[in-house]
Amino acid sequence: MSSQHRRPSARSTRIIALTASLAVAGLLAGCSGGTGEVNSDYGFATAEQVEDSTITIWADASRQPAVEAFEAAHPEVKVDLVVDDGSANGSATFQTKIALADQAGDGWPDVVFSTQINDASWASKETNGVQAFAAPLNKGFIDDEFLSGFTAGALDPVTIDDTVYGLRNDLAPVLFWYNKALLDEFGYEVPATWEDYIALSDKLAAEHPGYFLGSVGDTFLGTYVYYWAGAAPIFTLDGDKFGSDLSDPNSQRVTEMLDHMVANGTLIQDSVFSAEFVAKADKFVGSPGPVWFSGALFQNPDSVNAQAGQWGGSDPLYWEGDDKVTGNVGGGMWYASSHSKNLDAVKTFLEFITTDKATAGTGGLPAYQAAADTWLADQSSSGFYDGDFESAVGAAASSVWDGWGYPNFSVETAYAKVIIPGLAAGKTIEDLAAEWQTEMENEAKVAGYTVG
Amino acid sequence: MSTNTQLAAGALAGRQPTGAGRSRRPDRAQSRIGITFVSGYTLFLLVFGILPTFYAVYLAFTKANAFVGIDNFVKVFNDFRFLPALAHVGLYVAVWVVSLILLVVLLALIVHSVRARWLSSTVRFIYYIPGALAGASSVMLWLFVLDPTVSPVSFLLHALGNQTLVDTVQLDQLPVVLAIIAFWTGAGGWIVIIYGALNNISTDVMEAARIDGAGPLATAWYIQIPLLRKWIAYMAILSLAAGTQLFVEPRVLSQATRGVVPLDYSVNQLAFLFAFKQNDFNGSAAISLLLLVVALLLSVFFVFRGGLFERD
Repeated sequence: MSSQHRRPSARSTRIIALTASLAVAGLLAGCSGGTGEVNSDYGFATAEQVEDSTITIWADASRQPAVEAFEAAHPEVKVDLVVDDGSANGSATFQTKIALADQAGDGWPDVVFSTQINDASWASKETNGVQAFAAPLNKGFIDDEFLSGFTAGALDPVTIDDTVYGLRNDLAPVLFWYNKALLDEFGYEVPATWEDYIALSDKLAAEHPGYFLGSVGDTFLGTYVYYWAGAAPIFTLDGDKFGSDLSDPNSQRVTEMLDHMVANGTLIQDSVFSAEFVAKADKFVGSPGPVWFSGALFQNPDSVNAQAGQWGGSDPLYWEGDDKVTGNVGGGMWYASSHSKNLDAVKTFLEFITTDKATAGTGGLPAYQAAADTWLADQSSSGFYDGDFESAVGAAASSVWDGWGYPNFSVETAYAKVIIPGLAAGKTIEDLAAEWQTEMENEAKVAGYTVG
Repeated sequence: MSTNTQLAAGALAGRQPTGAGRSRRPDRAQSRIGITFVSGYTLFLLVFGILPTFYAVYLAFTKANAFVGIDNFVKVFNDFRFLPALAHVGLYVAVWVVSLILLVVLLALIVHSVRARWLSSTVRFIYYIPGALAGASSVMLWLFVLDPTVSPVSFLLHALGNQTLVDTVQLDQLPVVLAIIAFWTGAGGWIVIIYGALNNISTDVMEAARIDGAGPLATAWYIQIPLLRKWIAYMAILSLAAGTQLFVEPRVLSQATRGVVPLDYSVNQLAFLFAFKQNDFNGSAAISLLLLVVALLLSVFFVFRGGLFERD
C-alpha cells in the first residue's frame, strides 16, 4: 500500500484530488444522451450498427433453455445471456436497471424478457431526455405479416397508439379447472357460469365442509382471476386517464361473490404456492385459474401433483347473459432495445424465440398461433386432462376481456396492501372496497395518470 | 471504528519517551502512519459518501438541470406514501434504539459481572455470532421464524394470535418484529464493545465503590453507567443512522409476503421507488436529504447529551 512510499500524504492527496475530479466529470457526463434522428427503415433513431457484434439478453432462468436452443440453432449470432429474475413478483428489475443505464447513458441490453405485461407503459416513453428503451416493432423493424401471426389480442398489452413495443412469449388466459374425481364422487356438474360457481359453493359448503373452490390469498387470484375474468372495471386505462370503479355493477357482483364464498369457507386465504395449500390439495374441487396452473400446480410433484385424468379444464366462467370473457395472469414479453448495435441479430432472435415449435412459449401456451396449435395438440394427445382441454384453452385465449388496463403500476400492490391483510383480520372486501380503490387511485396519480 | 483507533493511539502515546529531543521524529513518523491509515477510508468516504451527497443536494434542488427551489420537497411531502413511511420508520427507530440501549447495557453489565472466565467469553462469542450474518440473509432466516407454519417458536406465535405469516407481519406489529430482527443481528457486537468499555473502568474506582458498600446494582447505576455515557451515545448515533435507513428487512419481507408488507414501507424504500419506479431522481434525492437532516439533528443531540466530543 501507499505506506511503502516516501511521502504517502502528498500521494494520497493527489489520488483524492484525481478521484474527486474524475467523479465530478462522471457526474456531469451522466447528463448526456438524448435522441438522434429517426431512421426511416426502422421508425426510430437507431444506434450505429456493428455487424456481428454480440447481443446481450436479459432473461430469467426459465427462459435459459430457450435462449440456449437459439444459440445452438444460430451459431452465427453471438449471445451474452444475463440471467435475472425476469422482474417477477413486481420486483421491477427491468425498469430499475434500465433507469440506471439511462442515467449512465450506457449499458443497455439488446433484448429483455419480462414476466410482467405492463412494461411497455414506461419502456415506450422517453425518460429524462433519453430515448425510449423499447424499440417500436411495427414501424419497419419487424414485418407486419409476422406480427399478424400472434393470437388475436396477444400483443394488446404492448400496443400503445397502434405501435407495438414487444412480442408476447406466452399467453395466460383464465379457464376453469376442475377436479373430475371429486365432482364425480359428490355428484356435481362442472360449472359453466359464475352463477353456477356460486351455487356450487353453497352446495359444497353445506354437504362437504372443508372442501374448497379456490383461493383469494394470492394477489393475482383476487385481481386477474376474479375481477378481470368477471369483467369488473376496477383497473382501466384510457390514454392517460386511469379508472377504478368498485361500485360498478360487475365489480359489485365479483365483490359479493368473493365475500360470500370466503364466508362459507369455499374460498381459502392461503397462497397456492404455500405449504398450507399443498396440505389441503386433496380437498381442492375446482377453481378458475390461468393456463399455467397446469405446470405450476397440477403437474407439479411439489404441489397438487394430479394423476392423469383426475383434473380437467373447461371453458372460462362468465356472467349469465353477458359476454363470454375471461381474465389473464401474466404471460411474458420480449423487448428489443432501441439502443441495440445489432438489430439484425435481435430480429433473428425475437422471431426464433416466439415461433420455434420446440421452445416457443417456454413451457406455457405460446402466443404465436402456429406454435400454440402445436402445443395444444401435444397437450391433448397426452390425455392428461379430462374434457376438451384443447378447445377450453383455445376459447380462453381468444376471449380475454379487453377492458382491463396496463398502466405503469400493478393492480396487485394495492390488493396485497389492503385486501390480503384485511381479509386475514376478518374484514370483507365490501368493507375494504373504498380504501382499496383510493389506494389504486393514489398509485395512479403518483405514476402520473389522471384519475377519473 | 474510531473509538478503537483512539484507544490504540492512547496506548501508543503512553509508551512514548517524553524527552523533547527524541519525541520529534517518532511524532512525525506517527502522523505519517496515521494519515496513511485514514487515507484509504477518506478516499472511499469522498467517492462514495461526500461526492454522492453533493450530487444529491444538487439533484434535490433541481429538475432537468434547472433550479426549482423546494419543489421536489413539496412534491415528496404531498406524496400519499410519505407520511405513513415516516411514521413507520419513526416508530421502528423509537422501539429499536430504546430497546437496544436498555438491553445491551443490561446484558453487558451481566456478562461483565460473571466471574467464570470461560462462561463470560463463551457468552460473548454467542452474542456476536448473529452479527456475522449480513442483513438480507438474517432476514431470510427470520422468515422461517416468523411463519407460524414452520417456525420453531410457532407455539409463541400462535399464543400471540398469529396463524399465518400475514398475521405476524401486520403493519401495527411490524415495527416490533423489525426491531427484534435488528436487535438479534446488531446487539451482539455492541454487547462486546460495551463489555470492552466496562473493562476500561479503573479497578481503583470499582474497589472504592465496593469498600463504600455499593452492591452490584448501585455500582452499575452510580459508577458504570455514568462512565459508559459516551459509549452509549456512540451506540445510539450509529444505530439511529442505520435505523433511519431501514430498507433491506422490509424489502425482503415484502417479497416473502408477496406485497403484504408494502414496497413503500420505509422512507428509504420510497426514495428507491421515486428513483427507479418513477424515474424521479430529484424527488429521490429530496427524500435522501431529508433523511440526512433528520439523522444529523438526532446525532447532534446525542453527541452533546452524551458528551461525545468532550475530553476526559
